Amino acid sequence: MKILVAISNVPDTTTKIQFSDNNTKFNAAGVTFIINPYDEWYALVRALELKEANLAEKVTLIHVGLPDGDATIRKGLALGADDAVRIDAEGPDSFFVADQIAAYAKEKGYELILTGKETINYNGSSVAGMIAGVLDYPLISLATKLDIAGGKLTAEHDVDGGSRVVECELPAVISCAKGMAEQRIPNMRGIMAARTKPLEVVKPINSPEVSGPLTSVKSFDLNPGRTSCKMLGEDQMDELVKLLHTEAKVI
Amino acid sequence: MVLVYTEINKNRVKKSSLECVQYASKIAALTGGGVTALVNQASAEHLEELGKAGATAILNMNNESLNADHMLSCAAVEQAVKQCGAKVIVFAFDIAGKAIAPRLSARLKAGLVAGAIDYPVVNGSTFEVKKNVFSGKANAIYTIHSEVKIISLLPNSFPVVLGENKATIQDFQPDLSAVKSRITIKETKSNATGGMVPLPEAELVVSAGRGMKGPENWGMIEELANSLGATTACSRPVADLHWRPHHEHVGQTGVAIRPNLYIAVGISGAIQHLAGVNGSKTIVVINNDKEAPFFKSADYGILGDAFTVIPKLTEAIKKFKANQN
Ligand SMILES: Cc1cc2nc3c(=O)[nH]c(=O)nc-3n(C[C@H](O)[C@H](O)[C@H](O)COP(=O)(O)OP(=O)(O)OC[C@H]3O[C@@H](n4cnc5c(N)ncnc54)[C@H](O)[C@@H]3O)c2cc1C
Repeated sequence: MKILVAISNVPDTTTKIQFSDNNTKFNAAGVTFIINPYDEWYALVRALELKEANLAEKVTLIHVGLPDGDATIRKGLALGADDAVRIDAEGPDSFFVADQIAAYAKEKGYELILTGKETINYNGSSVAGMIAGVLDYPLISLATKLDIAGGKLTAEHDVDGGSRVVECELPAVISCAKGMAEQRIPNMRGIMAARTKPLEVVKPINSPEVSGPLTSVKSFDLNPGRTSCKMLGEDQMDELVKLLHTEAKVI
Repeated sequence: MVLVYTEINKNRVKKSSLECVQYASKIAALTGGGVTALVNQASAEHLEELGKAGATAILNMNNESLNADHMLSCAAVEQAVKQCGAKVIVFAFDIAGKAIAPRLSARLKAGLVAGAIDYPVVNGSTFEVKKNVFSGKANAIYTIHSEVKIISLLPNSFPVVLGENKATIQDFQPDLSAVKSRITIKETKSNATGGMVPLPEAELVVSAGRGMKGPENWGMIEELANSLGATTACSRPVADLHWRPHHEHVGQTGVAIRPNLYIAVGISGAIQHLAGVNGSKTIVVINNDKEAPFFKSADYGILGDAFTVIPKLTEAIKKFKANQN
């Protein structure tokens, strides 16, 4: 069985976010890009563990994006993925990205597709479900454990107020959340090997059913955040409670 | 027509579902038509509540197996969309909404805005929806281009005000014979929340971090939470160290919440922590380091030792509550 891990190229979590072109574009100048943390820590590392346990033959990374994402893809290869493919297109929205990944997975016969639970830039939590929708595969959403035995998956995933252990037939799509694996640091050998691992660049497919993007961003604005914090001393707790009641009106 | 996917949990209509119905009624006022709520196994009281939140019609299903696999619930929604001719479909951006809305989007080729924080702006044929991006650091206005539109609403974005409206109720039996579920449930586990409101729905949250030194000191955090009727939460290291259960972990990697009140005790306010809580209406920070970054993102700050501040705050709240009664 081959595993396809979808990775997104996102600004590092500590990035100061800025926009350009009249607030219509993310300003990438000077920004450090990383693999979306959930894609890396949970989806990719778990895929690698399954391969190391001889439960999968191959782990392939897939990224929909332009060449500026190649460095991020190489980081994923350095962690241990066997090869990678980049669909050469600037994904206008989640559906476009999901549609491209679904088409590639189907054509190449990947039975297990893993993504992180959401990206830290667009926070949509949508790509895994959309891939499952395009391919009519089952989705295990927000999975915190994943195993393979006898050609079937066993997974644990979050439900309202708790979690559920399920068994699922392949092929399937899994969105991965905390608990599934632990972050790994690439070693020197991995980094060296990543330089020569195959990174295939393919043209996007044209979906026959949609003529243009389903959604697009019209503009961005920064959240101003909080500007002033009212400081109180530890003997002013009655005052604080009063403020929470009369000023903030939250209790 | 606006269709809303709603859920019953622990014999209550979920709060996020009521928010969605009310949100949908605002959309219906903009686009015309009514609001149909789709629900499974609702009782008379549940149906009444959905009506009061603004549903004009309710499709009530009675299907035990529906919750077993989102593939089934998605097929049910799809048939409901056909039945009522919905042009806008609303979900909560919660566990079910995150699984079903994207699948529906792909099946109907209908644009989805996931995690909306405001009412759409409808102008002729343009339809724009605002959502948080960059983990709460910014917002984006999305245009949905497809004819059918899907929105999932970030929970706790709007308070629910129930009115007097009554919905017309119809039994609805979607035909799911063509859907082949490939998921079998082996076990269901419940989080031990001790009767607290679940974190994603909580309006009041008391959260504590590594500054509490160890799990043995959580008694005072729980007491503070109890005095308020709040839900407890924690920072990531606290969950990683197993001081508290993982379902309490908030932030970028944990649960993202936006309660009315978030009290952070002994939490430094790292950017990844803020990503999950900066949507809170009011933030109170208690920290003994005046340089703690969290003070920059707080509405009220108390510079002091948590171990002396917390008992005093709990006392003050108890006094306030007693005076209110
Ligand atoms: C990609 C990524 C994702 C992450 N996701 C998350 C996430 O989802 N959630 C999360 O929380 N973190 C997350 N983190 C970790 C985050 O960067 C911080 O390390 C973490 O939030 C710190 O937790 P803390 O504030 O409890 O502990 P610390 O940073 O150790 O802070 C403890 C605080 O307690 C104060 N304190 C100490 N003693 C007292 C006392 N007696 N009284 C009052 N105050 C006291 C200190 O002054 C300090 O400010 C993530 C990190 C990364 C890189």
